[in-house]
Amino acid sequence: MLFINIAGITLIALIVWWFWLYKPQQLKLGEGDLVIAVENGIYSPSRIKIPEGKPVELKFLRKDQSPCSETLLIPKLEISETLPSNKLKQIQIPALEPGEYDFHCQMQMYRGKLVVG
Amino acid sequence: MGVKTEDVSSSSIEELIIEGAGCASCVGKIESALKSVSGVENAEMNFAQRTVSVTGTASPSALVKAVEKAGYSAKVATSQSGDDALAEKEQADWAYYKRLMREMTVALSLGVPLMIYSLLGGEMTVTTATERVTWLVVGILTLGVLYFSGKHFFVGAWQSLKNHSANMDTLIALGTGTAWLYSMVVVLVPHLVPEMARHVYFEATAMIIGLINLGLALELKARGRTSEAIKRLIGLQAKTARVIRDDKQLDIAIEDVLEEDVVRVRPGEKIPVDGKVIEGSTTVDESMLTGEPMPVEKSVGDDVVAGTINKSGSFLFQATRVGKDTALAQIINMVKRAQNSKPPIGRLADIISAYFVPVVMIIAVISALAWLNFGPEPALAFAVVSATTVLIIACPCALGLATPMSVMVGVGKAAEAGVLIRNGEALQTASKVSAMILDKTGTITLGSPKVTDVLVASEYDEQTVLQLAATLESGSEHPLAQAIVESARERGIETTKVSNFNAIAGHGVEAKVDGKSLLFGNEKLLRERQVELGNFVEKAQGLAAEAKTPMYFAVDNELAAIIAVADPIKEDSVAAIKRLQDNGVRVVMLTGDNRATAEAVAEKVGIKEFFAEVLPEEKSKKVQELQMEGEIVGMTGDGINDAPALAIANVGFAIGTGTDVAIESADITLMRGSLHGLADAIAVSKATLRNIKQNLFGAFIYNVAGIPFAAGVLYPFLGMLLSPVIAGAAMAFSSLTVVSNANRLRFFKAKKH
Repeated sequence: MLFINIAGITLIALIVWWFWLYKPQQLKLGEGDLVIAVENGIYSPSRIKIPEGKPVELKFLRKDQSPCSETLLIPKLEISETLPSNKLKQIQIPALEPGEYDFHCQMQMYRGKLVVG
Repeated sequence: MGVKTEDVSSSSIEELIIEGAGCASCVGKIESALKSVSGVENAEMNFAQRTVSVTGTASPSALVKAVEKAGYSAKVATSQSGDDALAEKEQADWAYYKRLMREMTVALSLGVPLMIYSLLGGEMTVTTATERVTWLVVGILTLGVLYFSGKHFFVGAWQSLKNHSANMDTLIALGTGTAWLYSMVVVLVPHLVPEMARHVYFEATAMIIGLINLGLALELKARGRTSEAIKRLIGLQAKTARVIRDDKQLDIAIEDVLEEDVVRVRPGEKIPVDGKVIEGSTTVDESMLTGEPMPVEKSVGDDVVAGTINKSGSFLFQATRVGKDTALAQIINMVKRAQNSKPPIGRLADIISAYFVPVVMIIAVISALAWLNFGPEPALAFAVVSATTVLIIACPCALGLATPMSVMVGVGKAAEAGVLIRNGEALQTASKVSAMILDKTGTITLGSPKVTDVLVASEYDEQTVLQLAATLESGSEHPLAQAIVESARERGIETTKVSNFNAIAGHGVEAKVDGKSLLFGNEKLLRERQVELGNFVEKAQGLAAEAKTPMYFAVDNELAAIIAVADPIKEDSVAAIKRLQDNGVRVVMLTGDNRATAEAVAEKVGIKEFFAEVLPEEKSKKVQELQMEGEIVGMTGDGINDAPALAIANVGFAIGTGTDVAIESADITLMRGSLHGLADAIAVSKATLRNIKQNLFGAFIYNVAGIPFAAGVLYPFLGMLLSPVIAGAAMAFSSLTVVSNANRLRFFKAKKH
């Protein structure tokens, strides 16, 4: 029983670490093509580093059919766009101050971050 | 490589989506296949995303063919017009719906018989060898169901797990996966499990997958209806336009219409782009944009708006705004944005849903531990059931959907009534407006003065007086003068020649017409010129008390008439203001006019509180004063000078009057001039907020009550434990409930007026 309890608590600790404490790697928006795929319930990549003070263009490609995935919201920038399925969608991001800008779908099950700076 | 010529069409970038490329070595093959197409300058493939971007002048179809020849399939990824996008989306949604239904059928055709069997008292435990074999077969069938009907949950769960995120898929995959794995352990290695706990849950696994797919399919259907309003707006756009270029009439696609093109519109046709009438006259039905039921007359010089319908005449107009600049396109864009923005009330739900899934996973573990530590035998079976049920019943979707679905329908509904709401925040604040400030000119009144009374002295008739007065005033730019000229024109009176025109600043004008010397102005001016006024002074005072501006008109220094000009109150202002007051809103009027006029207008429309002689820059101060009194202030105005007050008010309402939508400065734009739009806007906002609250309440209660229930909190008291199948059904239908409740808003009607 002790063993089971320890295993359960470890599992909880693991959940906390994996979902909340771990910082996933981020991809830099480079010169080349960075396409953010909306597939299998996630944005990949989901953390995107973009330069500060410079407008950039993000490209999204939605492969998921779920109606939730079709809306992309960047609340801080008042951006709300519909992503067509299986078609690239360009989204213009204005010049930004350094900081983190969340983007997500309507229900926030798909989540991502723009890291400026 | 293509041969270079003088006239090279500009090179463009095409994006292709490649399918069937399984290995990195395909990249080279696909790139070189594309580069060999004539006109292609470069082709670069992003293997991770399975996309290629091709620069050059080659046609997309040639590119697709080249990729297919190399043994892969490709699709062009382009952006397209709203209409096509909508059609395509509907098609995709339909395909997705069919897939979900198919998966649901498969899952339920295994789950339902098993479920009936268990409900009828069938043996769900594993004791004999025959039972083991039978359940093994069922277990394998269930695995098939998991693969066919539930694969997307598992793939999604795994992908998001790798990405350190968790979503609905995670919960479903964990829940059904746990139930299936436990059952398989019971079947394959029963001695690991205490005898009493040797229960199988294959029916739950299949039922949950089936029900959730059903719920998703129904939700998809219901979602389609939430965007009805925007579909209707998009549907207003014409597909083609009849353009006259080089004296030739051409039918061209609406995207190809250029600014300054001359467009012909026949009766019954939609007006394709915004413009100004240059030939002909007609009446136009603008109700789809403004909510104003009466057709509007249009003649040379008038503006016409894309999406409205030409009723009676054929006319030519010159395009002034095309493509995404037309009022309709801007309205669609704005409604779309607003539909996806969130009122502050939804923020708590957002914060919760961001942490929701991992928290639920933790609760599932805790609940299992609690059963194992303190539960009665068979503790293991109880632990598995409760953990599974907790995972399955928790529904982040209902929480996440509660606000956006209602906003979507509410904002769309408002747009149908000619009320454009800028964002969710405006929607929420509008529902709480306690005081409404109305600007007088152009808001309560029409904003264009008209001649209301002509009182003539005995020897003159109205016709002659108006003709002379209009002739005299035709040289003046003063709004009152224009009212007189306009009034004469309406009665078909022609003006003649003026000479010796002289404007006497602040007092009036004088001139010579047909050899007569004319004088037009206020009492002071006429007294200075020693014109005998007699009893007309009293008549003038009477007119002034009715909110009219009386002016004296003298011919050869003898009084000929008093002409009174007033800015008429809009027909339905009285009723609309009453509606606001009946709803408990404190209505206040602001005007730059003098006290007497203000008082008269206020009395006519039933406003008790008003501020007269307010300078434009003082308007925002008045808003602040009311805010200091603790009111949530709505400000309604039409003029540029109202902008600061509109911005400082809790909610700014701009009167857009159809064509020129002052989208930028205001939170809410009324597309028709009527003040009924204010009461409509407040009513729609209130209804939407109420709907959001119902949804949020439902979703919170559902999760707050459902999770402990699923964990088995009731067991010690009532001996009840929730079945995972019920949990699955509850979860599947919770988001459907939210979407359906939001859909109820579609039937909302602002009070009849």
